[in-house]
Amino acid sequence: MRFFRPMATLVWKDLLLELRSRDIVVSALVFGLLVVVVFNFALQVSAERVTELAPGILWVAFAFAGTLAMSRAFVREREQGGFEGLLLAPVSRDAIFLGKVAVSFLFMLVIEAALLPVFAVLLNFTGFSLTLAAAILLATLGFATVGTLFSAIAVQTRSREVMLPVLFFPIILPVLIGAVEVSGAAIGSGPESGVVTRWLPLLAVFDAVFLVICPWIFSIIVEE
Amino acid sequence: MASAQGNPPISSGQRPRTGFPGLSGILLVVTAVLMLVNLYLIFMVAPTDSVLGHVQRIFYFHVPIAIVSFVAFFVVFVASIGYLVTRKSRWDSVAHAAAEMGVVFVSLALLTGIVWARPVWGVWWTWEPRLTTTLILWLIYVAYLMLRSYVPNKSQGALYAAGLGIIGFVDVPIVYYSVQWWRSIHPSAVVGPLADSGALEPVMQGVLFFSLGVFLLLFLYLLLERMHLRNVEDRLSSLRYASRMRR
Repeated sequence: MRFFRPMATLVWKDLLLELRSRDIVVSALVFGLLVVVVFNFALQVSAERVTELAPGILWVAFAFAGTLAMSRAFVREREQGGFEGLLLAPVSRDAIFLGKVAVSFLFMLVIEAALLPVFAVLLNFTGFSLTLAAAILLATLGFATVGTLFSAIAVQTRSREVMLPVLFFPIILPVLIGAVEVSGAAIGSGPESGVVTRWLPLLAVFDAVFLVICPWIFSIIVEE
Repeated sequence: MASAQGNPPISSGQRPRTGFPGLSGILLVVTAVLMLVNLYLIFMVAPTDSVLGHVQRIFYFHVPIAIVSFVAFFVVFVASIGYLVTRKSRWDSVAHAAAEMGVVFVSLALLTGIVWARPVWGVWWTWEPRLTTTLILWLIYVAYLMLRSYVPNKSQGALYAAGLGIIGFVDVPIVYYSVQWWRSIHPSAVVGPLADSGALEPVMQGVLFFSLGVFLLLFLYLLLERMHLRNVEDRLSSLRYASRMRR
């Protein structure tokens, strides 16, 4: 209880802020749409190649929109000096970190849930399958975990908008590969059932590794 | 030290208390001599490869340099843990210097690899697991150096860098295996590395190990020299600060 209460409070605070301002989710949504439109022209997505290209485009859009949302979440804390207040509160660092992860996870899920139907129409795929949902859940959890750690770091630097993607993408690459593979199989670029049974557990393993390391590093390096 | 008069007493006349200049002087001479021997071995002694010809000699640079860069990143990893546990700035300066050297060596490994791949494989680059992982490694540690220079507060920067030094190193095997699994589903048209398939002639193997030893010495020398330079930089900035305070 001493762990989950503060976490829930933190999540509720950020949700409330977002419900009243709506700037993070809306800006990330528009940005995600833009990515798809740009890719459509850059890659000349035709009807034959769409199943081949769609998973990649989908995840690039999700990842970019996600980094945008995550960096905004910590910028807001920093502008108002809220983060110092959080650290001063008699709450374990893990609760703060996991609360922030939960918020980023929820925001990203909302963004993805809103973008997915639009993508399905624009890119012409019909894949609302359980497999795709599982891939999105697991990959988003990994994104949120690593992204929260790095956005907490990046927000303290000069040129923080650049720093988050530069730190985030090389580390998160395995999760991105797995997500693209599973989504490709789910959307139907061939009956590759081996792909799903191989990558879904792997995604879970990656998440577990990051969920162990990231809170530990966060609790050590965030001090003052 | 001749112009040291008028400075705060911390620096009056005495050398920094590090033992580096003496040790690194010896290392410099030894490394330079051995490097010349190494060049002789590579170009004169090692036999010409029957299939690949002279271009294969780049192998004696490429493989040791790549191994040294992995050693460097391992040093970053260990020193980062050391810094987080002890909070001694010495660990931090080891990690920083090793990261800089690692980026230099991994860049050289990538460049020699690209130059070598063109005549042997017919392409400059292929998304093979080892190559991809090395590229990601390069990106991670370039980000590490960027992070160090972008954090205004120095001790905070050291902490953040230590965190990245740990998570970056843990991530490397994950990247390697995930790219490998990804590749095994989309087989590439290009064959994997030819030269290190194990069937190496004894002379070639000897030259390779010699070269590896020399490059490790070079790395050690550069590491110590860089750490020394960093110490001097720190002292200089604290002297500047002290003299500004006095005014």
